[in-house]
Amino acid sequence: MNLVTPDFGLLFWMVVIFGLVFFLLAKFGFPVITDMVDKRSAKIAQSLKDADEIQARMASWKVEQKQMLEEARREQAAILREAAETKSKIVADAKAQARAEAEKILSEAKVQIEAEKESALRDVRREVALLSVQVAEKVLRHELSDEGNQRAFIDELVDEASKAQMHS
Amino acid sequence: MILTFLISLLLLQADPSAQVPQDDITAVSQDTPVILSESEESAEADIDVGEIIFEHIGDEYEWHITEWKGKPVAIPLPCIVIEDGVHVFTLHHAAENGYALNEDGKLVNAATGKRPIDLSVTKNVLALIMSSLLLLVVVLFTARWYKKHDALKEAPTGLAAAMEPLVMMVHQMARENIGPDYRRFSPYLCMAFLWILLNNFLGILPFFPGGANLTGNIAITLVLALFTFFIVNLNGTRHYYKEIFNPEVPAFLKPIMPVIEVFSAFMKPVSLTIRLFANMLAGHIMILSMVCIIFIMAKYGPLLSGGMTVVSVLFGVFLDALECLVAFIQAYVFTMLSSIYIGLARAQDE
Repeated sequence: MNLVTPDFGLLFWMVVIFGLVFFLLAKFGFPVITDMVDKRSAKIAQSLKDADEIQARMASWKVEQKQMLEEARREQAAILREAAETKSKIVADAKAQARAEAEKILSEAKVQIEAEKESALRDVRREVALLSVQVAEKVLRHELSDEGNQRAFIDELVDEASKAQMHS
Repeated sequence: MILTFLISLLLLQADPSAQVPQDDITAVSQDTPVILSESEESAEADIDVGEIIFEHIGDEYEWHITEWKGKPVAIPLPCIVIEDGVHVFTLHHAAENGYALNEDGKLVNAATGKRPIDLSVTKNVLALIMSSLLLLVVVLFTARWYKKHDALKEAPTGLAAAMEPLVMMVHQMARENIGPDYRRFSPYLCMAFLWILLNNFLGILPFFPGGANLTGNIAITLVLALFTFFIVNLNGTRHYYKEIFNPEVPAFLKPIMPVIEVFSAFMKPVSLTIRLFANMLAGHIMILSMVCIIFIMAKYGPLLSGGMTVVSVLFGVFLDALECLVAFIQAYVFTMLSSIYIGLARAQDE
Protein backbone atom coordinates (compact mmCIF):
# COMPACT_ATOMS: atom_id res chain seq x y z
CA MET A 1 0.00 0.00 0.00
CA ASN A 2 1.76 3.17 -1.06
CA LEU A 3 -0.27 5.29 1.38
CA VAL A 4 1.61 3.99 4.40
CA THR A 5 5.06 3.60 2.85
CA PRO A 6 6.92 6.89 3.03
CA ASP A 7 8.24 7.93 -0.36
CA PHE A 8 11.99 8.57 -0.36
CA GLY A 9 11.85 11.59 -2.67
CA LEU A 10 9.28 13.33 -0.56
CA LEU A 11 11.23 12.48 2.62
CA PHE A 12 14.34 14.00 1.10
CA TRP A 13 12.63 17.18 -0.05
CA MET A 14 10.73 17.55 3.19
CA VAL A 15 13.94 17.31 5.24
CA VAL A 16 15.71 19.81 3.00
CA ILE A 17 12.91 22.34 2.66
CA PHE A 18 11.51 22.11 6.16
CA GLY A 19 15.03 22.19 7.59
CA LEU A 20 15.97 25.23 5.51
CA VAL A 21 12.82 27.17 6.33
CA PHE A 22 13.17 26.17 9.98
CA PHE A 23 16.77 27.38 10.03
CA LEU A 24 15.87 30.73 8.46
CA LEU A 25 12.83 31.32 10.63
CA ALA A 26 14.58 30.21 13.82
CA LYS A 27 17.30 32.76 13.06
CA PHE A 28 15.41 35.70 11.60
CA GLY A 29 11.73 35.04 12.21
CA PHE A 30 10.35 33.74 15.44
CA PRO A 31 12.89 35.03 17.99
CA VAL A 32 12.38 38.58 16.71
CA ILE A 33 8.64 38.30 17.23
CA THR A 34 8.66 36.46 20.55
CA ASP A 35 11.41 38.61 22.08
CA MET A 36 9.58 41.78 21.16
CA VAL A 37 6.26 40.51 22.46
CA ASP A 38 7.89 39.20 25.63
CA LYS A 39 9.46 42.58 26.17
CA ARG A 40 6.10 44.19 25.66
CA SER A 41 4.45 41.77 28.09
CA ALA A 42 7.12 42.57 30.66
CA LYS A 43 6.53 46.26 30.11
CA ILE A 44 2.78 45.86 30.46
CA ALA A 45 3.24 43.88 33.66
CA GLN A 46 5.59 46.58 34.99
CA SER A 47 3.16 49.32 34.00
CA LEU A 48 0.33 47.55 35.77
CA LYS A 49 2.46 47.23 38.90
CA ASP A 50 3.40 50.89 38.68
CA ALA A 51 -0.21 51.87 38.22
CA ASP A 52 -1.14 49.87 41.31
CA GLU A 53 1.57 51.57 43.30
CA ILE A 54 0.48 54.98 42.12
CA GLN A 55 -3.08 54.19 42.99
CA ALA A 56 -2.06 53.12 46.48
CA ARG A 57 -0.04 56.29 46.86
CA MET A 58 -2.97 58.34 45.58
CA ALA A 59 -5.21 56.73 48.16
CA SER A 60 -2.78 57.57 50.93
CA TRP A 61 -2.56 61.08 49.55
CA LYS A 62 -6.28 61.37 49.65
CA VAL A 63 -6.32 60.41 53.33
CA GLU A 64 -3.56 62.87 53.99
CA GLN A 65 -5.40 65.54 52.09
CA LYS A 66 -8.52 64.90 54.13
CA GLN A 67 -6.53 65.16 57.32
CA MET A 68 -4.96 68.38 56.17
CA LEU A 69 -8.33 69.79 55.21
CA GLU A 70 -9.78 68.90 58.57
CA GLU A 71 -6.83 70.42 60.36
CA ALA A 72 -7.15 73.59 58.32
CA ARG A 73 -10.82 73.78 59.14
CA ARG A 74 -10.10 73.30 62.82
CA GLU A 75 -7.44 75.99 62.68
CA GLN A 76 -9.81 78.30 60.89
CA ALA A 77 -12.41 77.80 63.58
CA ALA A 78 -9.81 78.47 66.26
CA ILE A 79 -8.65 81.62 64.50
CA LEU A 80 -12.21 82.84 64.11
CA ARG A 81 -12.93 82.18 67.74
CA GLU A 82 -9.79 83.99 68.79
CA ALA A 83 -10.64 86.92 66.54
CA ALA A 84 -14.07 87.17 68.06
CA GLU A 85 -12.55 87.11 71.51
CA THR A 86 -10.04 89.77 70.60
CA LYS A 87 -12.76 91.88 69.09
CA SER A 88 -14.94 91.76 72.18
CA LYS A 89 -11.95 92.41 74.37
CA ILE A 90 -10.95 95.43 72.29
CA VAL A 91 -14.48 96.74 72.40
CA ALA A 92 -14.64 96.24 76.15
CA ASP A 93 -11.28 97.93 76.61
CA ALA A 94 -12.33 100.82 74.45
CA LYS A 95 -15.52 101.16 76.39
CA ALA A 96 -13.67 101.14 79.68
CA GLN A 97 -11.15 103.62 78.42
CA ALA A 98 -13.88 105.89 77.08
CA ARG A 99 -15.67 105.75 80.39
CA ALA A 100 -12.49 106.60 82.26
CA GLU A 101 -11.78 109.45 79.88
CA ALA A 102 -15.28 110.78 80.25
CA GLU A 103 -15.05 110.59 84.00
CA LYS A 104 -11.74 112.38 83.94
CA ILE A 105 -13.16 115.09 81.70
CA LEU A 106 -16.19 115.40 83.94
CA SER A 107 -14.17 115.72 87.09
CA GLU A 108 -11.88 118.24 85.47
CA ALA A 109 -14.94 120.18 84.39
CA LYS A 110 -16.31 120.04 87.91
CA VAL A 111 -13.09 121.39 89.33
CA GLN A 112 -13.05 124.15 86.79
CA ILE A 113 -16.68 124.95 87.45
CA GLU A 114 -15.92 125.08 91.16
CA ALA A 115 -13.00 127.44 90.51
CA GLU A 116 -15.10 129.61 88.26
CA LYS A 117 -17.81 129.66 90.87
CA GLU A 118 -15.28 130.63 93.51
CA SER A 119 -13.83 133.41 91.43
CA ALA A 120 -17.28 134.57 90.49
CA LEU A 121 -18.30 134.64 94.13
CA ARG A 122 -15.11 136.55 94.94
CA ASP A 123 -15.96 139.06 92.25
CA VAL A 124 -19.47 139.33 93.57
CA ARG A 125 -18.13 139.80 97.02
CA ARG A 126 -15.72 142.46 95.88
CA GLU A 127 -18.45 144.17 93.97
CA VAL A 128 -20.75 144.02 97.00
CA ALA A 129 -17.98 145.44 99.19
CA LEU A 130 -17.36 148.24 96.74
CA LEU A 131 -21.03 148.92 96.46
CA SER A 132 -21.46 148.97 100.22
CA VAL A 133 -18.45 151.27 100.54
CA GLN A 134 -19.94 153.54 97.92
CA VAL A 135 -23.34 153.33 99.65
CA ALA A 136 -21.69 154.05 102.96
CA GLU A 137 -19.81 156.94 101.41
CA LYS A 138 -23.01 158.28 99.95
CA VAL A 139 -24.83 157.85 103.30
CA LEU A 140 -21.96 159.49 105.14
CA ARG A 141 -21.80 162.30 102.65
CA HIS A 142 -25.53 162.83 103.06
CA GLU A 143 -25.36 162.76 106.91
CA LEU A 144 -22.42 165.13 107.12
CA SER A 145 -23.86 167.68 104.78
CA ASP A 146 -24.96 169.98 107.68
CA GLU A 147 -22.55 171.51 110.20
CA GLY A 148 -24.12 170.12 113.34
CA ASN A 149 -23.98 166.59 112.16
CA GLN A 150 -20.38 167.05 111.08
CA ARG A 151 -19.49 168.25 114.60
CA ALA A 152 -21.39 165.48 116.29
CA PHE A 153 -19.67 162.97 114.10
CA ILE A 154 -16.29 164.42 114.71
CA ASP A 155 -16.92 164.32 118.39
CA GLU A 156 -18.06 160.84 118.26
CA LEU A 157 -14.95 159.89 116.27
CA VAL A 158 -12.77 161.79 118.70
CA ASP A 159 -14.43 160.00 121.56
CA GLU A 160 -14.00 156.79 120.00
CA ALA A 161 -10.41 157.48 119.22
CA SER A 162 -9.75 158.74 122.69
CA LYS A 163 -11.46 155.78 124.21
CA ALA A 164 -9.31 153.58 122.10
CA GLN A 165 -6.26 155.67 123.33
CA MET A 166 -7.20 155.27 126.90
CA HIS A 167 -7.80 151.62 126.66
CA SER A 168 -4.39 151.15 125.20
CA MET B 1 -30.39 7.14 11.89
CA ILE B 2 -28.66 10.20 10.56
CA LEU B 3 -27.54 10.90 14.09
CA THR B 4 -25.87 7.51 14.42
CA PHE B 5 -24.19 8.02 11.08
CA LEU B 6 -22.96 11.36 12.26
CA ILE B 7 -21.61 9.92 15.48
CA SER B 8 -19.88 7.10 13.65
CA LEU B 9 -18.27 9.66 11.36
CA LEU B 10 -17.08 11.59 14.38
CA LEU B 11 -15.69 8.46 15.93
CA LEU B 12 -13.99 7.63 12.68
CA GLN B 13 -12.46 11.08 12.68
CA ALA B 14 -11.40 11.03 16.31
CA ASP B 15 -9.70 7.65 16.18
CA PRO B 16 -6.04 8.40 15.54
CA SER B 17 -4.98 4.89 14.59
CA ALA B 18 -3.86 4.24 11.05
CA GLN B 19 -6.49 1.63 10.60
CA VAL B 20 -9.24 4.14 10.00
CA PRO B 21 -8.21 5.43 6.61
CA GLN B 22 -7.36 1.96 5.44
CA ASP B 23 -10.76 0.69 6.42
CA ASP B 24 -12.30 3.65 4.76
CA ILE B 25 -10.37 3.17 1.59
CA THR B 26 -11.06 -0.53 1.38
CA ALA B 27 -14.72 0.11 2.07
CA VAL B 28 -14.87 2.57 -0.77
CA SER B 29 -12.92 0.44 -3.18
CA GLN B 30 -14.97 -2.60 -2.32
CA ASP B 31 -18.13 -0.67 -3.00
CA THR B 32 -16.91 0.53 -6.31
CA PRO B 33 -17.03 -2.73 -8.27
CA VAL B 34 -20.58 -3.35 -7.04
CA ILE B 35 -21.65 -0.05 -8.43
CA LEU B 36 -19.77 -0.79 -11.59
CA SER B 37 -21.54 -4.08 -12.13
CA GLU B 38 -24.90 -2.52 -11.46
CA SER B 39 -24.36 0.29 -13.85
CA GLU B 40 -23.16 -1.94 -16.64
CA GLU B 41 -26.76 -2.14 -17.83
CA SER B 42 -26.82 1.61 -18.35
CA ALA B 43 -24.51 2.61 -21.11
CA GLU B 44 -23.17 5.63 -19.24
CA ALA B 45 -19.50 5.97 -18.53
CA ASP B 46 -18.84 5.09 -14.94
CA ILE B 47 -16.67 6.62 -12.31
CA ASP B 48 -14.15 4.80 -10.22
CA VAL B 49 -14.50 6.33 -6.78
CA GLY B 50 -11.42 4.57 -5.44
CA GLU B 51 -9.29 5.95 -8.23
CA ILE B 52 -10.65 9.46 -7.83
CA ILE B 53 -9.98 9.45 -4.12
CA PHE B 54 -6.52 7.98 -4.51
CA GLU B 55 -5.70 10.52 -7.16
CA HIS B 56 -6.62 13.31 -4.76
CA ILE B 57 -4.89 12.04 -1.68
CA GLY B 58 -1.87 10.56 -3.40
CA ASP B 59 1.16 12.01 -5.13
CA GLU B 60 1.62 12.63 -8.86
CA TYR B 61 4.41 13.50 -11.25
CA GLU B 62 2.36 16.39 -12.59
CA TRP B 63 -0.17 18.62 -10.95
CA HIS B 64 -3.48 17.81 -12.52
CA ILE B 65 -5.71 20.84 -12.04
CA THR B 66 -8.82 20.25 -14.12
CA GLU B 67 -10.12 19.01 -17.45
CA TRP B 68 -10.77 21.60 -20.13
CA LYS B 69 -12.65 20.52 -23.27
CA GLY B 70 -11.70 16.92 -22.70
CA LYS B 71 -8.01 17.70 -22.27
CA PRO B 72 -6.35 17.59 -18.89
CA VAL B 73 -4.94 20.87 -17.61
CA ALA B 74 -1.86 20.04 -15.57
CA ILE B 75 1.34 21.66 -14.41
CA PRO B 76 4.25 19.61 -15.77
CA LEU B 77 6.82 18.92 -13.10
CA PRO B 78 10.44 17.80 -13.43
CA CYS B 79 11.11 14.14 -12.74
CA ILE B 80 14.55 13.80 -11.22
CA VAL B 81 15.92 10.32 -11.10
CA ILE B 82 19.33 9.16 -9.93
CA GLU B 83 20.48 5.88 -11.41
CA ASP B 84 23.95 5.77 -12.94
CA GLY B 85 23.78 9.55 -13.31
CA VAL B 86 21.07 12.13 -12.88
CA HIS B 87 18.16 12.11 -15.29
CA VAL B 88 15.77 15.05 -15.51
CA PHE B 89 12.66 14.87 -17.70
CA THR B 90 8.92 15.46 -17.60
CA LEU B 91 6.46 12.62 -17.33
CA HIS B 92 5.62 12.81 -21.05
CA HIS B 93 9.21 12.01 -21.90
CA ALA B 94 9.63 9.24 -19.37
CA ALA B 95 9.58 6.52 -21.99
CA GLU B 96 12.33 8.23 -24.04
CA ASN B 97 14.54 8.16 -20.96
CA GLY B 98 13.83 4.52 -20.29
CA TYR B 99 11.39 4.90 -17.40
CA ALA B 100 7.79 3.87 -16.93
CA LEU B 101 5.14 4.08 -14.20
CA ASN B 102 4.47 0.95 -12.17
CA GLU B 103 1.04 -0.06 -10.84
CA ASP B 104 1.48 2.29 -7.84
CA GLY B 105 2.10 5.19 -10.21
CA LYS B 106 5.79 5.40 -9.39
CA LEU B 107 8.65 5.75 -11.85
CA VAL B 108 10.56 2.54 -12.42
CA ASN B 109 13.29 1.56 -14.79
CA ALA B 110 11.41 0.29 -17.85
CA ALA B 111 13.97 -2.39 -18.48
CA THR B 112 14.60 -3.79 -15.02
CA GLY B 113 11.38 -2.72 -13.26
CA LYS B 114 13.42 -1.45 -10.30
CA ARG B 115 12.78 1.80 -8.43
CA PRO B 116 15.63 4.27 -8.95
CA ILE B 117 16.47 6.96 -6.41
CA ASP B 118 13.54 9.21 -7.19
CA LEU B 119 13.96 12.85 -6.20
CA SER B 120 11.26 14.10 -8.56
CA VAL B 121 9.56 17.37 -7.82
CA THR B 122 6.12 15.85 -7.54
CA LYS B 123 2.80 17.54 -6.79
CA ASN B 124 3.47 17.17 -3.07
CA VAL B 125 6.99 18.55 -3.38
CA LEU B 126 5.73 21.57 -5.28
CA ALA B 127 3.02 22.11 -2.67
CA LEU B 128 5.70 21.73 0.00
CA ILE B 129 7.90 24.34 -1.67
CA MET B 130 5.04 26.77 -2.18
CA SER B 131 3.61 26.48 1.31
CA SER B 132 7.06 26.66 2.92
CA LEU B 133 7.87 29.77 0.90
CA LEU B 134 4.53 31.26 1.87
CA LEU B 135 5.22 30.57 5.54
CA LEU B 136 8.75 31.95 5.21
CA VAL B 137 7.52 35.16 3.63
CA VAL B 138 4.65 35.60 6.07
CA VAL B 139 6.80 35.08 9.16
CA LEU B 140 9.68 37.19 7.87
CA PHE B 141 7.26 40.01 7.05
CA THR B 142 5.81 39.72 10.52
CA ALA B 143 9.32 39.82 12.00
CA ARG B 144 10.05 42.86 9.83
CA TRP B 145 7.10 44.68 11.38
CA TYR B 146 8.59 44.11 14.82
CA LYS B 147 11.97 45.34 13.66
CA LYS B 148 10.60 48.47 12.05
CA HIS B 149 8.14 49.39 14.76
CA ASP B 150 8.55 49.94 18.45
CA ALA B 151 6.34 47.17 19.77
CA LEU B 152 6.52 48.73 23.21
CA LYS B 153 4.62 51.75 21.97
CA GLU B 154 2.49 50.49 19.09
CA ALA B 155 -0.07 47.76 18.85
CA PRO B 156 0.69 45.35 16.01
CA THR B 157 -1.23 45.97 12.80
CA GLY B 158 -2.01 43.95 9.70
CA LEU B 159 -0.02 40.77 9.29
CA ALA B 160 1.70 41.14 12.65
CA ALA B 161 -1.64 41.43 14.41
CA ALA B 162 -2.81 38.24 12.74
CA MET B 163 0.37 36.25 13.36
CA GLU B 164 1.14 37.39 16.88
CA PRO B 165 -1.61 35.43 18.67
CA LEU B 166 -0.62 32.22 16.90
CA VAL B 167 3.09 32.59 17.53
CA MET B 168 2.56 33.68 21.13
CA MET B 169 0.16 30.83 21.78
CA VAL B 170 2.92 28.37 20.87
CA HIS B 171 5.52 30.40 22.74
CA GLN B 172 3.31 30.30 25.81
CA MET B 173 2.88 26.55 25.38
CA ALA B 174 6.65 26.15 25.23
CA ARG B 175 7.04 28.19 28.40
CA GLU B 176 4.49 26.11 30.26
CA ASN B 177 5.71 22.71 29.10
CA ILE B 178 9.47 23.03 28.75
CA GLY B 179 10.77 25.05 31.66
CA PRO B 180 13.50 27.63 32.10
CA ASP B 181 15.29 27.15 28.75
CA TYR B 182 12.12 27.14 26.65
CA ARG B 183 13.43 29.96 24.46
CA ARG B 184 15.79 27.55 22.70
CA PHE B 185 12.90 25.32 21.64
CA SER B 186 10.15 27.81 21.04
CA PRO B 187 11.18 28.53 17.39
CA TYR B 188 10.93 24.85 16.48
CA LEU B 189 7.48 24.56 18.05
CA CYS B 190 6.30 27.75 16.33
CA MET B 191 7.64 26.45 13.05
CA ALA B 192 6.01 23.03 13.43
CA PHE B 193 2.68 24.51 14.49
CA LEU B 194 2.44 27.14 11.78
CA TRP B 195 3.69 24.79 9.09
CA ILE B 196 1.22 22.04 9.97
CA LEU B 197 -1.62 24.52 10.38
CA LEU B 198 -0.92 26.18 7.04
CA ASN B 199 -0.65 22.87 5.19
CA ASN B 200 -3.72 21.43 6.89
CA PHE B 201 -5.75 24.38 5.65
CA LEU B 202 -4.16 24.31 2.19
CA GLY B 203 -5.08 20.63 2.07
CA ILE B 204 -8.73 21.45 2.65
CA LEU B 205 -8.72 23.99 -0.19
CA PRO B 206 -10.02 22.10 -3.21
CA PHE B 207 -8.33 24.16 -5.98
CA PHE B 208 -4.84 24.80 -7.20
CA PRO B 209 -2.59 26.37 -4.57
CA GLY B 210 -4.09 23.95 -2.10
CA GLY B 211 -5.45 20.52 -2.78
CA ALA B 212 -2.23 18.62 -2.22
CA ASN B 213 -2.56 16.21 0.65
CA LEU B 214 0.68 17.09 2.42
CA THR B 215 -0.06 16.59 6.11
CA GLY B 216 -2.00 13.45 5.18
CA ASN B 217 1.15 11.99 3.68
CA ILE B 218 3.12 9.69 5.91
CA ALA B 219 6.53 10.82 4.59
CA ILE B 220 5.79 14.41 5.62
CA THR B 221 4.48 13.56 9.08
CA LEU B 222 7.36 11.12 9.56
CA VAL B 223 9.89 13.89 8.92
CA LEU B 224 8.06 16.22 11.28
CA ALA B 225 8.01 13.54 13.96
CA LEU B 226 11.70 12.78 13.38
CA PHE B 227 12.56 16.45 13.84
CA THR B 228 10.81 16.30 17.20
CA PHE B 229 12.50 12.96 17.99
CA PHE B 230 16.00 14.30 17.35
CA ILE B 231 15.37 17.57 19.12
CA VAL B 232 14.07 15.65 22.12
CA ASN B 233 16.84 13.07 22.29
CA LEU B 234 19.78 15.28 21.36
CA ASN B 235 18.78 17.66 24.14
CA GLY B 236 18.10 15.01 26.77
CA THR B 237 19.50 15.79 30.21
CA ARG B 238 21.38 13.33 32.42
CA HIS B 239 18.19 12.96 34.39
CA TYR B 240 16.23 12.02 31.25
CA TYR B 241 18.68 9.31 30.22
CA LYS B 242 18.91 8.03 33.77
CA GLU B 243 15.13 7.64 33.77
CA ILE B 244 15.41 5.57 30.61
CA PHE B 245 18.41 3.36 31.36
CA ASN B 246 18.54 3.25 35.15
CA PRO B 247 15.19 4.26 36.62
CA GLU B 248 14.54 3.98 40.33
CA VAL B 249 12.37 0.88 40.37
CA PRO B 250 12.40 -2.36 42.36
CA ALA B 251 15.35 -4.60 41.44
CA PHE B 252 13.34 -7.18 39.55
CA LEU B 253 12.08 -4.49 37.17
CA LYS B 254 15.57 -3.16 36.46
CA PRO B 255 16.27 -5.34 33.40
CA ILE B 256 12.82 -4.72 31.88
CA MET B 257 12.46 -1.00 32.35
CA PRO B 258 15.18 0.18 29.92
CA VAL B 259 13.65 -1.99 27.20
CA ILE B 260 10.23 -0.49 27.80
CA GLU B 261 11.60 3.03 28.07
CA VAL B 262 13.65 2.80 24.89
CA PHE B 263 10.70 1.31 23.06
CA SER B 264 8.52 4.11 24.38
CA ALA B 265 11.06 6.73 23.25
CA PHE B 266 10.85 5.33 19.71
CA MET B 267 7.10 4.95 19.80
CA LYS B 268 6.63 8.65 20.51
CA PRO B 269 7.59 9.80 16.99
CA VAL B 270 5.65 6.88 15.52
CA SER B 271 2.51 7.97 17.34
CA LEU B 272 3.10 11.58 16.28
CA THR B 273 3.53 10.47 12.67
CA ILE B 274 0.44 8.33 12.56
CA ARG B 275 -1.83 10.62 14.52
CA LEU B 276 -1.38 13.57 12.19
CA PHE B 277 -1.23 11.48 9.02
CA ALA B 278 -4.30 9.39 9.82
CA ASN B 279 -6.44 12.27 10.99
CA MET B 280 -5.76 14.40 7.95
CA LEU B 281 -6.03 11.51 5.51
CA ALA B 282 -9.30 10.30 7.02
CA GLY B 283 -10.75 13.78 6.78
CA HIS B 284 -9.79 14.11 3.12
CA ILE B 285 -11.19 10.71 2.27
CA MET B 286 -14.48 11.44 3.99
CA ILE B 287 -14.98 14.74 2.20
CA LEU B 288 -14.04 13.20 -1.15
CA SER B 289 -16.42 10.30 -0.51
CA MET B 290 -19.23 12.74 0.16
CA VAL B 291 -18.52 14.53 -3.09
CA CYS B 292 -18.29 11.22 -4.98
CA ILE B 293 -21.71 10.14 -3.72
CA ILE B 294 -23.22 12.91 -5.84
CA PHE B 295 -21.66 11.46 -9.00
CA ILE B 296 -22.40 7.86 -8.09
CA MET B 297 -26.07 8.63 -7.51
CA ALA B 298 -26.41 10.54 -10.76
CA LYS B 299 -27.68 7.50 -12.66
CA TYR B 300 -30.32 6.41 -10.15
CA GLY B 301 -32.96 8.78 -11.35
CA PRO B 302 -33.65 12.40 -10.46
CA LEU B 303 -35.46 11.73 -7.19
CA LEU B 304 -32.83 9.59 -5.55
CA SER B 305 -29.85 11.49 -6.91
CA GLY B 306 -31.45 14.85 -6.02
CA GLY B 307 -32.16 13.67 -2.50
CA MET B 308 -28.71 12.22 -2.03
CA THR B 309 -27.11 15.33 -3.47
CA VAL B 310 -28.79 17.46 -0.82
CA VAL B 311 -27.71 15.03 1.87
CA SER B 312 -24.14 14.77 0.66
CA VAL B 313 -23.80 18.52 0.19
CA LEU B 314 -25.02 19.01 3.74
CA PHE B 315 -22.61 16.37 5.00
CA GLY B 316 -19.86 17.83 2.84
CA VAL B 317 -20.36 21.24 4.44
CA PHE B 318 -20.44 19.65 7.85
CA LEU B 319 -17.27 17.66 7.17
CA ASP B 320 -15.49 20.70 5.75
CA ALA B 321 -16.31 22.63 8.90
CA LEU B 322 -15.17 19.67 10.96
CA GLU B 323 -11.95 19.50 8.96
CA CYS B 324 -11.22 23.17 9.67
CA LEU B 325 -11.54 22.34 13.34
CA VAL B 326 -9.42 19.21 12.98
CA ALA B 327 -6.80 21.15 10.99
CA PHE B 328 -6.28 23.40 13.98
CA ILE B 329 -6.60 20.71 16.61
CA GLN B 330 -4.09 18.39 14.96
CA ALA B 331 -1.53 21.16 14.51
CA TYR B 332 -2.07 22.07 18.15
CA VAL B 333 -1.84 18.48 19.36
CA PHE B 334 1.36 17.80 17.44
CA THR B 335 2.97 20.94 18.85
CA MET B 336 1.65 20.32 22.34
CA LEU B 337 2.99 16.76 22.43
CA SER B 338 6.33 17.85 20.98
CA SER B 339 6.65 20.49 23.69
CA ILE B 340 5.74 17.97 26.38
CA TYR B 341 8.34 15.50 25.05
CA ILE B 342 10.96 18.23 25.01
CA GLY B 343 9.89 19.22 28.50
CA LEU B 344 10.38 15.64 29.70
CA ALA B 345 13.82 15.50 28.09
CA ARG B 346 14.81 18.78 29.79
CA ALA B 347 13.82 17.58 33.25
CA GLN B 348 16.50 18.26 35.87
CA ASP B 349 17.41 16.27 38.94
CA GLU B 350 15.39 17.28 41.93
